[in-house]
Amino acid sequence: MVRSDTLDLTPLRPILERYAPQGRPGLLPALQEAQALYGYLPEPVAAAIGQALRVPLADVHGVIDFYALLYREPVGRTIIRVCTDPACWMRGADEVLEAACRRTGCGVNETSADGAYTVERAPCLGLCNCAPAVNLTFNDTRPAKTVSFAHVEVSQLDRVLSGKGRPPEDYVGGDLCIVTPLAGRGRRMTLTEYQAVGGMQALRRTLGEKMAPAEVIKLVNDAGLVGRGGAAFPTWIKWDGAANAKGSPKYFVVNADESEPGTFKDRILLEGDPCRILEGAMVGAYAIGAHRIYFYIRGEYPTALERVKAAVDECYAAGLLGPDVLGTGYALDVEVRSGAGAYICGEETALFESIEGKRGFPRIKPPFPATYGLFGKPTAINNVETLAKIPYIITHGPEAFHRFGTEKSTGPKLFCVSGDVLRPGLYEVPFGVTIRHLIENLAGGVVGGGLRAILFGGAAGAFATAEHLDVKLSFEDLRAVGLPLGSGVVMVFNDTRDMRQVLLRLGRFFAHESCGKCYPCQLGTQRQYEILERLARGQALPGDKERLLDVGWTMTDASLCGLGQTAAGAVLSAMKLWPELFES
Amino acid sequence: MTNIHLTIDGKSITVPAGTTILKAAAQLGISIPTICYHEYCTANGLCRMCVVEVEGMRLLQPACLVPVAEGMKVQTRNARVERSRRTIVEMLNSAVDLSEAPEIQEQLADYNADPARFPEAQRRERPVIDDNPMYVRDYSKCILCWRCVQVCADDAQYTYAINFDGRGFETQIGTFYDKAMPETTCVFCGQCVGVCPTGALKPKREWLLQEGKTPDEIMNMTRAQRRRRGRG
Repeated sequence: MVRSDTLDLTPLRPILERYAPQGRPGLLPALQEAQALYGYLPEPVAAAIGQALRVPLADVHGVIDFYALLYREPVGRTIIRVCTDPACWMRGADEVLEAACRRTGCGVNETSADGAYTVERAPCLGLCNCAPAVNLTFNDTRPAKTVSFAHVEVSQLDRVLSGKGRPPEDYVGGDLCIVTPLAGRGRRMTLTEYQAVGGMQALRRTLGEKMAPAEVIKLVNDAGLVGRGGAAFPTWIKWDGAANAKGSPKYFVVNADESEPGTFKDRILLEGDPCRILEGAMVGAYAIGAHRIYFYIRGEYPTALERVKAAVDECYAAGLLGPDVLGTGYALDVEVRSGAGAYICGEETALFESIEGKRGFPRIKPPFPATYGLFGKPTAINNVETLAKIPYIITHGPEAFHRFGTEKSTGPKLFCVSGDVLRPGLYEVPFGVTIRHLIENLAGGVVGGGLRAILFGGAAGAFATAEHLDVKLSFEDLRAVGLPLGSGVVMVFNDTRDMRQVLLRLGRFFAHESCGKCYPCQLGTQRQYEILERLARGQALPGDKERLLDVGWTMTDASLCGLGQTAAGAVLSAMKLWPELFES
Repeated sequence: MTNIHLTIDGKSITVPAGTTILKAAAQLGISIPTICYHEYCTANGLCRMCVVEVEGMRLLQPACLVPVAEGMKVQTRNARVERSRRTIVEMLNSAVDLSEAPEIQEQLADYNADPARFPEAQRRERPVIDDNPMYVRDYSKCILCWRCVQVCADDAQYTYAINFDGRGFETQIGTFYDKAMPETTCVFCGQCVGVCPTGALKPKREWLLQEGKTPDEIMNMTRAQRRRRGRG
């Protein structure tokens, strides 16, 4: 542990020199690098950063306090983050957390007296396919190193704590192999390997041959591509809006802040095949006339961060990025940013605020990002999986894209199947296959009992039951039965599972991740969690059902952003399906 | 300037483009309740107390932010709106001490809010911070309307002495590394105290009087303080 009175600020100087010219937008990376040096953010370090970057000190404090992965107080030499959200809980995460507390002698969210360990309950780590998962930060090495382990067993905890746990292994399967041919192979596929299978052809065809940007956007429009992050907004409208907006410079942003419980598709794409995402972003940047791409990756994804950075370096070395892309004179740069532990930053405007060095508060919309986005400039922002489709659409044409899927839901889609199935994993299928096909044929069927429920769309989603097995996986078919496709989460629960426990964990997730800006969500997520906690204990109070409904509807109807508006979605759908669970 | 025609609660009105629903309603004598809104602060749409139903919109809309649009049809108070408003004030009441917030007390009554609606609820409680001669901070009464942070920053004083602690339900107003106010950039302009709607920020003298100190005792305390400072 570093004591403030013996603090040596010399190692901080290079960081200050590097980020001072950026001003406030450099705040988050400067704090992250400083923390990797000192183990936490001692007051003199935070003050020096604030002064160098000309950020008011109270604001520096506000930023540090907002992000779960930044620490104002000394923390243990090893930080143990145990995910106990539904997928990990089903595989024994509570026992892992308990064992970690016993082993280290500290309670949850506490640091042991000898300063060796800090134990935290983590929100979903995006490793639901290899649950239970633990994320560790080794703070005694300089710089600190963060790593995730999968399939953690209580008996193996000591090995995990010494950094020798099982690395995540991702099963990638399905009926199609359009965006996943290089994903899930246990390592990053290089730019050379990506190009060997036709990679970067889309970039050469568009930017390389100076295809009219409007023509690029038309191809994306003709393909019928809609966003894969959860909102299913037409991609071409975002691009067209930013392309035609007045103001410069323009920015292109990759939203790789995947944190929806149950979602791990973007992580697998980023870790295995980052060049494909980069190519999609580069084509998009060209289409809107942007010369700078911000690639914002979730803070809990250290491997993805490292691999995307490596891929960016390769692209620079190959002349695919830089002042003169492919000899065309078009300048294009990529800046990779790491999140710092805030689910809300997956909301596009909160993500902009985060890049700008602020607390991740979602903005009031309108104005929308196309006209007023990052730094108040025209911006297009897309999810990782969305961008993964771009190279295929450009290279093979919109007609080829239409060969997959239904008339209204075009192309391939990734589904993150986790929970009580034989083969949890990432499955690429055309829109229009049935839920049954996905769960029984591809994922090997329900294990440990009969099918009780399927959580669709993540924590912000809704539950389906065995009745829905023959519903087709497409936007229109799911909408007809009131299920959200969301980010492609399909979390399966067998009939031995206590659904109240599942709801408790979803409620806890939202209470932890609410930013606190608007009252319905700030207060509602906490009240919802308290009621779900009572229900899970079997000690519901009279009137709790009505309270839950009022809180749920108020959050849904009156919250400022999508987090609050969906924070009660799963609970409200469970109340409709299983009213008996909510009786006191 | 273009004029916009709309109806609010069935009454027609014409207002200049850019007018918010809140202001347009006020012209018709329709009062929409607000908590965080302040005439001289940037509206952030935090409290959502002013939500109204706008025909054709999926969700309720904050009247303090949403500008009027041609042909817009607004319902400022119906069962759906009342459910949200009542739940918001009930939840607020279950989290913070509203005893010195008369406006919110009126809203609690107006919306038939049950003061005991949320039993066993965690409250945001913190001891009173008495760290300077000018004002005290009692964050158990803080409703996070953001006004103090805003007037301390770009809405008025450009002093940036305060910001936020934590996030979500755990959010509080705080200083850099919890420093006492005299050690911050605070210039004791008093604007934050002026805009605080719940008595969370209070002039020191008022607080001491409430605590039962007599004016003479307060005067003696001030003298003693001055003597100490003179020696320092």
